[in-house]
Amino acid sequence: MLAALLVMVGIAVVIGLVLGWSAIRLKVEGNPLAEKIDAILPQTQCGQCGFPGCRPYAEAIAKGEADINQCPPGGEEGMKKLADLLGVDPKPLDESHGAPKPKSVAFIDEQTCIGCTLCIQACPVDAIVGAAKQMHTIVAAECTGCELCVPPCPVDCISMVPIAEDLPHWKWKHPVIMMKRVA
Amino acid sequence: MSRTLFTFKGGVHPPEHKTESNTQPIHSAPLPRHLVIPLSQHIGNPAKPVVNVGDLVRKGQMIAAADGYISAAVHASSSGTVTAIDMQAVPHISGLHDLCITLETDGRDEWIERTPLDYLAMAPTELRMQLRDMGLAGLGGAVFPSAVKLDPGAAHFCPTLIINGGECEPWITCDDLLMRHHADDILQGVAVMRHLLGSTEILIGIEDNKSEAIAAMQAAATRMDFAVEIVPVPAHYPGGGAKQMIQVLTGKEVPSGKLSTDIGIQVFNVGTAHALARAVHHGEPLISRLVTVTGHVQRPQNFEVLIGTPMRTLITLAGERDGTTGVLMGGPMMGVPMPSLDVPVVKATNCVLVKSAELFPPLPRAMPCIRCTRCADACPAELQPQELFRFAKAGDFGRAQEYHLFDCIECGCCSYVCPSHIPLVDYYRYAKSEIWAREKEKRASDLARERHEFRQFRIEREKKEKAEKLAAKAHAARAHAAQEQTPRTEPGAGEGAASSEADARKALIAAAIARAQAKKAEVAPKNTDNVSPATQREIEEIEARRAKIRELARKPLESEEKP
Repeated sequence: MLAALLVMVGIAVVIGLVLGWSAIRLKVEGNPLAEKIDAILPQTQCGQCGFPGCRPYAEAIAKGEADINQCPPGGEEGMKKLADLLGVDPKPLDESHGAPKPKSVAFIDEQTCIGCTLCIQACPVDAIVGAAKQMHTIVAAECTGCELCVPPCPVDCISMVPIAEDLPHWKWKHPVIMMKRVA
Repeated sequence: MSRTLFTFKGGVHPPEHKTESNTQPIHSAPLPRHLVIPLSQHIGNPAKPVVNVGDLVRKGQMIAAADGYISAAVHASSSGTVTAIDMQAVPHISGLHDLCITLETDGRDEWIERTPLDYLAMAPTELRMQLRDMGLAGLGGAVFPSAVKLDPGAAHFCPTLIINGGECEPWITCDDLLMRHHADDILQGVAVMRHLLGSTEILIGIEDNKSEAIAAMQAAATRMDFAVEIVPVPAHYPGGGAKQMIQVLTGKEVPSGKLSTDIGIQVFNVGTAHALARAVHHGEPLISRLVTVTGHVQRPQNFEVLIGTPMRTLITLAGERDGTTGVLMGGPMMGVPMPSLDVPVVKATNCVLVKSAELFPPLPRAMPCIRCTRCADACPAELQPQELFRFAKAGDFGRAQEYHLFDCIECGCCSYVCPSHIPLVDYYRYAKSEIWAREKEKRASDLARERHEFRQFRIEREKKEKAEKLAAKAHAARAHAAQEQTPRTEPGAGEGAASSEADARKALIAAAIARAQAKKAEVAPKNTDNVSPATQREIEEIEARRAKIRELARKPLESEEKP
């Protein structure tokens, strides 16, 4: 009886030590769930979700402080992916955070630009080049279409131009199957 | 000559319809008034225009240069004036416009100076660059820049060279006619390919329904000074697909996700070999090609057509008929419908197939998939088309990729045999383009994340630097004040307290200086550690020289200071 108890206690102590050691040595840095959520988010960095960027929003979702339907650029599809990942029911996008829009890039009217650098400071991905009292311009390939540069402009020279469909961006459409009509 | 042939799984036997057009000789299409030459006729980066509106160009002059490695130049197909460089309709199913150069021909058809290339004396790299600048691209349909395919890469040679004269697609006969009439030219081109790739085995696969072409090629092969094997292969769609041709001729299968060059085989179309011979031996860039005009026309035949000629001109030449229901570029199995007849002939145009309700009755309504797996039996890539269809339809692209969607060659066998008439290939094309678009989006979002993170880091760093600067400034100001204070301090009462305060400040400053120096030492270049004795000596010499210069620089100052 005593021997059995001792053996059980001994096993418990050994396992406890191993677990304790691994909890310290094999500690996972950061939140892996937030990483996974961040990978799904569109990285527009627009802040429409109410957080200052995609990463903070991902962390908030991971902690359960934010809902999955606050990201208009990710749209319905992004929300569904988040629902899949987190094992929760999909829900319609929250209208109060804005509606999904066609993907656009910012465009600076270079005739009107006064070179105030306010938009450069607002751009979350440094996609605007220019200097004080020099004309600014958008690096279209790096613009995420977040619209954060639009409100600070004092002369309203920035407009959002939807990306037009051209040959390099063209996609095959989902074929339309005509099922047999009834009556 | 008896070579053991292999077979590939699946495939179909659609009606051939070759005799309509291959009984006629090749005619040259007349010079049109306007040529619209698209700048993106090949796979890879579009060519960059090198002419301006109003420029006079001659036939064969480069009007757009290759942009990057995977690209090909574009040339004026005839002499005339550049009237526009703008967006125009191109032969693409979407009907979208793309950048084109429009020429108004002057009717003189004046060539530039043509200089044949002495390919044996040229360095391979230089020769490939020349071919890229002559606009060579695969004429079998994929239009991949030939200069890239002619680069054997790290292996330095490609033992087997296969020339594809399969032309398995129904209705099309341009390769057939080309082999009948230009067999010698084709083999001249093969000689250049053999030189560049270092191939030892050369096989020319031709489907056995082209007996005249086989005879002409065999006759030409006896006139060559290297061994070429002309191999008749059974006519079996899609036997002219590169992977199927490799399998039939060699029994080797190109592994999933790999290139044929990975198993030491390179495949070119006969048309490409012909264009290569024209480029090397005659100095002619790729400005024309053979095009089969067939289907619902009065006189189906093959034309030698300048790139940029409108398809309408060809259909008028072949005799337009009433009841046309549309035009395909390519054959009935893999061809794509054209949005209008005003689109130009491009390097990829092997056939202009005019449809009518009798020849191509509209497909019955698609019915649901009954999972009969006839498509799986017909698939030459040994895929499971019914599963791919299910995943593509449901938008489950990840699973579709797991089922090797990208091994699909879009040959259309599955759609051909489907008893439910489901346009299966359209689903695969849809799934492929969705996957590509998503990959593109993923790359864009990764870039945005990286840039955003760097921006955050930069802002933090700037804040820290600013704070440090301010702190240093405050320190300096305090030290300055302390220094000014010290001499003014009256000896007597409170001296001890004042001096101790100053001492404390001095100690603080000294500590700060030490910290700064330590930091400086930390960021100082470390490449002076662990150097070889020779380098160390060199460093010492340079240091000595520097010291001397410093000494010299100080001397005149001192002399000036001294009265």
